[in-house]
Amino acid sequence: MAFAGHLVMVVALVVCLYGIGAALYGARHGRRDWVDSGRRSVYCLAVVLTLGMVILEVAFVRNDFSYTAVANTSSTTTPLLYRVAAMWSSQEGSLLLWVWLLSIWSSAAIYLTRNRLRDVVPYATSVLLGFGAFFTTLLVFLDSPFGQMSSVPTDGAGLDPLLRNPSMLIHPPMLYSGYTFFSIPFAFAVGALIVRRVDADWIRITRRFALASWMFLGIGILLGARWSYYELGWGGYWGWDPVENAALMPWLISTAFLHSVMIQEKRGMLKIWNASLVLGASTLAIVGTFLVRSGVLDSIHAFTGGGLGVPFVALIATMVAGSVYLVVTRREVLRSEHSLDSLFSREAAFLLNNIILVGLCFVIFWGTFFPLISQAVTGTSAKVGPPWFDRYTVPLALILVLLSGIGPVIAWRRATLANARRNFALPVAAAGAMAIAAYTVVPIGSSVPTVILFCCAMFVLASIGQEFWRGTRARRAMSSEAPPLALLSMVRRNRRRYGGYIVHTGIAVLFIGVAASSTFQHEQELSLQVGQSTHVGAYTMRYVKATSHVVNDPSHTGATLTLGAVLRVTRDGKYVATLRPAADYYPASSILSGQVVADLISGDAVQQVALKSSLRRDLWAAIKPLGTTLPSTGVQVPEESLVALGDTTILPSTPQEKQLEAAYIELGAIADAYRRNPPPASFTLISSPLVMWIWLGGLIVLLGGLTAIWPPPAARRGRIRARYFARVAQELGRA
Amino acid sequence: MTAALAALLIAALVTFVGWALSGPFRAGTREPQESDERRALESAKEAKYAEIRDNETDYRTGKLSDADFRALDRQLRAEAVEILRAIDLLEGRAAGAPR
Amino acid sequence: MTHPRKRHVRLVVSLTLAVLLASGLIYTSFAASDPALTPSQLLARGRDGGNVQLTGTVVKRSITNHADGVVDFRLADRAGDGVSVPVVYSGSVPAAFATGRELIVTGRLHGGAFDAQPGSMITKCPSKYSAAPNGSA
Repeated sequence: MAFAGHLVMVVALVVCLYGIGAALYGARHGRRDWVDSGRRSVYCLAVVLTLGMVILEVAFVRNDFSYTAVANTSSTTTPLLYRVAAMWSSQEGSLLLWVWLLSIWSSAAIYLTRNRLRDVVPYATSVLLGFGAFFTTLLVFLDSPFGQMSSVPTDGAGLDPLLRNPSMLIHPPMLYSGYTFFSIPFAFAVGALIVRRVDADWIRITRRFALASWMFLGIGILLGARWSYYELGWGGYWGWDPVENAALMPWLISTAFLHSVMIQEKRGMLKIWNASLVLGASTLAIVGTFLVRSGVLDSIHAFTGGGLGVPFVALIATMVAGSVYLVVTRREVLRSEHSLDSLFSREAAFLLNNIILVGLCFVIFWGTFFPLISQAVTGTSAKVGPPWFDRYTVPLALILVLLSGIGPVIAWRRATLANARRNFALPVAAAGAMAIAAYTVVPIGSSVPTVILFCCAMFVLASIGQEFWRGTRARRAMSSEAPPLALLSMVRRNRRRYGGYIVHTGIAVLFIGVAASSTFQHEQELSLQVGQSTHVGAYTMRYVKATSHVVNDPSHTGATLTLGAVLRVTRDGKYVATLRPAADYYPASSILSGQVVADLISGDAVQQVALKSSLRRDLWAAIKPLGTTLPSTGVQVPEESLVALGDTTILPSTPQEKQLEAAYIELGAIADAYRRNPPPASFTLISSPLVMWIWLGGLIVLLGGLTAIWPPPAARRGRIRARYFARVAQELGRA
Repeated sequence: MTAALAALLIAALVTFVGWALSGPFRAGTREPQESDERRALESAKEAKYAEIRDNETDYRTGKLSDADFRALDRQLRAEAVEILRAIDLLEGRAAGAPR
Repeated sequence: MTHPRKRHVRLVVSLTLAVLLASGLIYTSFAASDPALTPSQLLARGRDGGNVQLTGTVVKRSITNHADGVVDFRLADRAGDGVSVPVVYSGSVPAAFATGRELIVTGRLHGGAFDAQPGSMITKCPSKYSAAPNGSA
């Protein structure tokens, strides 16, 4: 069956190559049947790759350790859902996931454009299949997911325990969907430039695809931040790690595009800029994919190469060279029809927004690739840390938030001072009120950037609130509906505008959360004995008792031994919450000879973070049991020597099954001893305000994106068109 | 057993792919590629209508003065008329008879 | 259409601003950065220098936990050619800290041992993307 899997990959590659040829031939000779065959190749690719995915996943589910991928990343003790996810924890499996998602989304895109952009689609198809060919070539020749072990082990290494959490099930597919989706606007941009057709139809379609990519990538980034916060033991959600940055950069560029494309639509300006943004965002998405798997940069995610660095660099170089060539040779098509009327207009605000977003991207790019840059310039590789990133991104982000409140309220082409006075009065007042509150009522005055951010966020919320209120009022004047209905129908009639406003609201809420939680966090790292308590901010946390489990770990991840604690949190004497942090110990990934107990618990250890969230604050706790007291002597020992000592009770002459049984009994004894007489444990305790606002803000952004991308009902479109048609026809008659 | 299943799967896959992609090799329908001209104009018209509506919303929510709104509205409607004329011209050409 | 001269001026002003900001950025990045070295590079450098980011793999059987929360261990190159540096680290270590794990720690070389800043340890996700150790067909 593995050989069948290989063959499936070969068929996929052949389909890609055929499709490229067919589409290009059909385009050159004006033959629709060849173009259709090319389009159908995309659908075929999706079917073929789905079969490949199924074959591989079945191997994982069935624990078929003859597959190298299964033996390296899964095991009989890995729970079922995580066995499925283990497929994409391996390099070759993740490549297959990437190209499978590419084929699915490409099929959707090709289907949705089956009757439009007929000049452009053949070239777009070739580009998409080109990406497919690249990845399937890697899968066929360099890194096959169907590789076989030379000798089949009885059990696999198991899914890395750090990955055994629900985020692993959804974050990679979401992130990859974001990355792969970016190839669609790229393909259509390349196609449009080749046939020199950059018009309203192209804008409409590209904008939709760019918005979808933007949404997927945004969700992927947010899920990654959440994962970092919930699962990793450092209590933060963003570390300016290269791989985090790699996903953020294309997202920033596509945000810029989504704004500046509106200027192109209305005024025929910025065509070269927009084409460059689309091409750039997609190239950055490929750069991001490359960064994770090339080991070129030191990162928490970085995995050692495997020889894929060179092909990816070649692909990126081709994309950059091709984009530059196309933009330069097609610049007459991209000439601006108008220019900026006034610096005090929505166009100017959007331009500034673009400049800042691109600037942010440049800062992050520079900081991320700095090790390579400094290596090239000075000979030593050097890194810049989060403080450097913060120094530049914080002011830029502040201006961006402020702009997101100005944009909705300012007019196109040219705003007048009188209008400005009328429109900005309320938002400025709100910001001013916040400033006063910051130094009197709300205790945030100690950090000036935080105060500025809160004021900007208030400005945004007030200006958007004003927009919604005025819009509803205007709607009611025309249709005399009840306010909630008026609001809904107003949003329905203008999804892009109000969807955008909702996104801005979400961003403001998100930044409030980020500012508050980074500035006013209280953290304690200390060791506590049972019965001891400590203060974290306004909260008192008391170590009540120790807990332990053998095999039946509360987080259902297949841990062999779990040692944990119960913490009681109070504030001013009143009970607030109970936190149960734990440390999970997993079987070793490679068998240590003759040490059965060690095998069972000396694999990777994972912290199960205890978290109590509310709108006001998060209480976060992680535990690292310093060691365990030996049942016999009461002496405290670190884990490594513990397992070595535990093993002395199990003789090598005992038969294997008996050894395993004895090992579990020994573990049970250790667990009991831990519960009865726990040594002090090392705790990391955090109380952080408004963290939930970050996730809430993200949800609001998602809601806004969905509103913007939702197509207006066709019937309504027809009705409106008829009405306007009549009116314009009237004028036609007059003229 | 699995070998037989695998062989069957591959055979089925190749057959399916061959059938799906063999369109141009069979009794080919030699239809010419349709042009995007009409579609492009339709999209331009939709975009222009959206702009007219947007302008009105801006006016009703107080971002534009009366004079500014009316001037812009007139201009946008004139541009819409141009697009409609271009569509008519295209349809006239396609119908093969001048309107 | 705006006066072409006005547009020219705007373009020049914005480009100048961009260049100034970029230069500021570039300058501070070189000033604010810490060299990233492996143990062999650190030892080759010799002198007890400034802050350094040390990347390496924890050597087998080198971890010693002390009572006051300080932990000693040795860090070797990932390539594992025998050269290793003794590291002294205080503060809580991430849960993934274990022998054979790759990690990054910031500090300075002081009298033969690497004095790590508390809390500066970052463990890397165990490498699952490397070539299969058990070989494959």
